[in-house]
Amino acid sequence: MFMRFIYKFSSPPYFYAISAKMLPWLTVLFLVLLGYGLYGGLVTAPADYQQGDSFRIIYVHVPAAWMSMFIYVVMAISGGIGLVWRIKLAEIVSISSASVGASFTFLALVTGSLWGKPMWGAWWVWDARLTSELILLFLYLGIIGLYSGIEDKRTASRAVAILALVGVVNIPIIHYSVEWWNTLHQGATVTKLDKPSIHIDMLIPLLFMAGAFKVYYFIALLLRSRNELLEREQNAKWIDELLENVK
Amino acid sequence: MSEFFAMGGYAFYVWTAYGLTFVLMLLGIIKPLLNHKHILRRLILKRQREKTS
Amino acid sequence: MRIVKKKRLMLILLMITGIFIATFFGLRAFNDNLMYFFSATDVVEGKAPKDHLFRLGGMVVKGSVVRQPSGLTVQFVLTDMAKEVTVQYTGILPDLFREGQGIVANGKLDANGIFIAQEVLAKHDENYMPPEVAGSMKKVPTEATP
Repeated sequence: MFMRFIYKFSSPPYFYAISAKMLPWLTVLFLVLLGYGLYGGLVTAPADYQQGDSFRIIYVHVPAAWMSMFIYVVMAISGGIGLVWRIKLAEIVSISSASVGASFTFLALVTGSLWGKPMWGAWWVWDARLTSELILLFLYLGIIGLYSGIEDKRTASRAVAILALVGVVNIPIIHYSVEWWNTLHQGATVTKLDKPSIHIDMLIPLLFMAGAFKVYYFIALLLRSRNELLEREQNAKWIDELLENVK
Repeated sequence: MSEFFAMGGYAFYVWTAYGLTFVLMLLGIIKPLLNHKHILRRLILKRQREKTS
Repeated sequence: MRIVKKKRLMLILLMITGIFIATFFGLRAFNDNLMYFFSATDVVEGKAPKDHLFRLGGMVVKGSVVRQPSGLTVQFVLTDMAKEVTVQYTGILPDLFREGQGIVANGKLDANGIFIAQEVLAKHDENYMPPEVAGSMKKVPTEATP
């Protein structure tokens, strides 16, 4: 049952049609989550006892950092699925994730820098957390570069999937860097196994923002995957029918 | 209201972080949308050329 | 066809396991270089480098901050709850610098065992709460984070 759904969903014409129907709903969901998250984070959440209002950067910094890792894992797994089962849609999802992930990684680094300057006293330090996140950005850029450098897109997908799978090793390093080494970056707040050490009024907007970012990724991924699909399938019959309807 | 925008003296850092996030996320949606139109137009032209030739 | 896919899957899993093991040993070899700072105990026990710059992390001891009347020079004591090191710094301190705060200082030990800092960074903990809550929690002794 589940596998049948996967096969149906990964058939290009079906995916193209259903993603168009999903997009408006996802956009509404995104805007609701974002609106509540922003209002909660910027207005109703109290200022921090130590950091004052500068801590509000958490509401863009932390979701961006989470997404930078989450998207990488999605990209590597779907790349691996493409490698083993040669499912075209898995290859497309993998490469379409790369640029979204790269921009979230960039955002995590820049907003972290904007937070570090007033609080720590430095824009940048070479501690394990920051350095491993920078390596993540380079991995993303390497993947995008490699993909665009290979002419045949199916070969390119395979090469990119291997690079993505190799880079997965960086993900646990980023997450545990603050525990394994003495870093300037503080430890985990929300994902600690015992209860999160953040006040509930501050936590709820953070979770809403994290949800909004996740839906945003899904929207951006669908848009990019549709484009990639059109490019790759441009001579297929279902595209002929599709183009008839566009005119 | 002006207190809200002052962000306890951290206005520059807070608003730059939010502004940059907003701009990048918006671009991340606009770019593929424009690209989609572009691809469709190109494919239609390609089909027409194939018919006439 | 099935066997081919299984083979590919095994190959990929093998590759990933290999990379994880290699990285694990690589990181263990470079462990000391990844350490962003040394603790006060490391310094007292002579583990910290003597002749070149290193970073010292710890908590500012309450009541130890002495501002010299002339200029921007500050002297304070850093602790890791076991040993203590005196630090001297001339310059502007970050907003979060205060007694009881965790900080990281970059500098060198002088002949008297005083750490002459060139840069002071504040390290905050992973707790976020409004001031009222923090005020009510002060009555309970909390575990200090270095």
